[in-house]
Amino acid sequence: MDIAKLLFSKIFSAFMDVFPIIVVIAFFQLVIIQKPFPHLDQTIFGIFLVVMGLFIFILGLESALFPIGEKMANEFALKGNPWWIIFFGFALGFSTTIAEPALTVIAGKAGGLAAGAGAIENTENSVASFVLGLRYTVALSVGLAIALGVLRILKGWPFIWFIMGGYTLIVITTFFAPQEIIGIAYDSGGITTSTITVPLVAALGVGLATSIRGRNPMLDGFGLIALASLSPIIFVLGYGIFVYGVGS
Amino acid sequence: MNSEIFNTLIDALSGTLLDILPIIIVLSFFQAVAIRKAIPHLKQKIIGLGMVVLGLGIFIVGLEQCVFPIGSQMANQLTDLKFLAGNDSALIETLENSDQMDPGIYLWTYIFAFLIGFSTTLAEPALIAVAYKARDITTGAISAWGLRISVALGVASGVTLGVYRIVMGNPLHYYIVAGYAFLLIQTLFSPKQIIPLAYDSGGVTTSTVTVPLIAALGIGLASNVPGRSPLIDGFGLIAFASLFPMITVMAYAMITEKLSKRKEINEPS
Repeated sequence: MDIAKLLFSKIFSAFMDVFPIIVVIAFFQLVIIQKPFPHLDQTIFGIFLVVMGLFIFILGLESALFPIGEKMANEFALKGNPWWIIFFGFALGFSTTIAEPALTVIAGKAGGLAAGAGAIENTENSVASFVLGLRYTVALSVGLAIALGVLRILKGWPFIWFIMGGYTLIVITTFFAPQEIIGIAYDSGGITTSTITVPLVAALGVGLATSIRGRNPMLDGFGLIALASLSPIIFVLGYGIFVYGVGS
Repeated sequence: MNSEIFNTLIDALSGTLLDILPIIIVLSFFQAVAIRKAIPHLKQKIIGLGMVVLGLGIFIVGLEQCVFPIGSQMANQLTDLKFLAGNDSALIETLENSDQMDPGIYLWTYIFAFLIGFSTTLAEPALIAVAYKARDITTGAISAWGLRISVALGVASGVTLGVYRIVMGNPLHYYIVAGYAFLLIQTLFSPKQIIPLAYDSGGVTTSTVTVPLIAALGIGLASNVPGRSPLIDGFGLIAFASLFPMITVMAYAMITEKLSKRKEINEPS
């Protein structure tokens, strides 16, 4: 009985998460565009799938992703050798980013742009190597960012140093970067952290800050995702300067 | 179940599997080489990871059934001059021939951008996860909905400003540099505790739900607004959507801190 109640409240909360989208889409379709829904049954079935999918995802989040992240952080903190967890952070960031489909798409677009602008030869080979180079650059930058973020939690260095330093670097690099790469660079910061990686990385950071004496989970535990979205911007701008030349 | 839905489900599941595969490889490697202990509650965790993949897969199929097709169609229609000008052919002609853009004609595009940014962010699974984590470690001082609504307001205003930029054709980096400068100054004045979380929320806002619709809006605008090129002007909306939530989350913390201080003064204990 209690389980049924709990499940129902979780399904209802998933419905509430999706409800605003339903309202906005319905309002624009019926009031502004003034057309009925083309396939109403398909739309209602889709909403049902969205709500159930979110509900199942959140159950999995609470029973697997969060506990796994915390447990890993805990075990690593007990081990005492900091290199393992720094290496773990790098491996996690690098591997999830290199496999990220959104990155493959955006890198492909950037390759087309670069060839069109004459920055690289417009041959299949040189575009492919540009795209691959860009993907490795972004993956490397995310791996390094998480490794550095983990080191920051271990040492208790203030987060604000990294943010101030990172954004100053972005602003400076932007001035030297070619116009064509700027939009792609800023967008690449937003796409590197996928829906599955984010909860795991958040649990890892918070778990680490909780396991180490003298660290505050709010001040030290968060911030890994921020660094993972900041560093690709710098690296992609740098890659742009390297490929296109300064400020061309 | 017809075969089309089945095919999208297979596509979505293989996509989420590809997302989780490197994680499983890395986790198993470090578990075996560094930690060298049996994983407690292994069965429960495997089922949980299976639910993450399945849940996200079903979620994406549902979005592709009901939200993405209609949302992209709307984005296309709401950026179309003919629709916005109400089929007034004289008006369309003056707009197409003048160098100066009339930003007012895009009123409904801005409203759509704001509302779609706001509502899709509230349903973003990664943001829900981070909000739960923040609520748990502050034992409710940061409410999950409070954080999510501030992030959603940030995405909404970011996307709206980004749409305005594409309409006007201004260079992206003016806005971004000004935004970052504002952000850095605001950081100096906001409560220390919120800063890492605020910067994290910039990175989590844009994933599964928000990106496809925002991208459709950007491409629709860049190809429909006279004088814009989809290749150069279509980018950048996501950057706005990651920048503004940091500002609004810090603003949220500053406001709640002010309010609780005022409460303390008014009700001396």
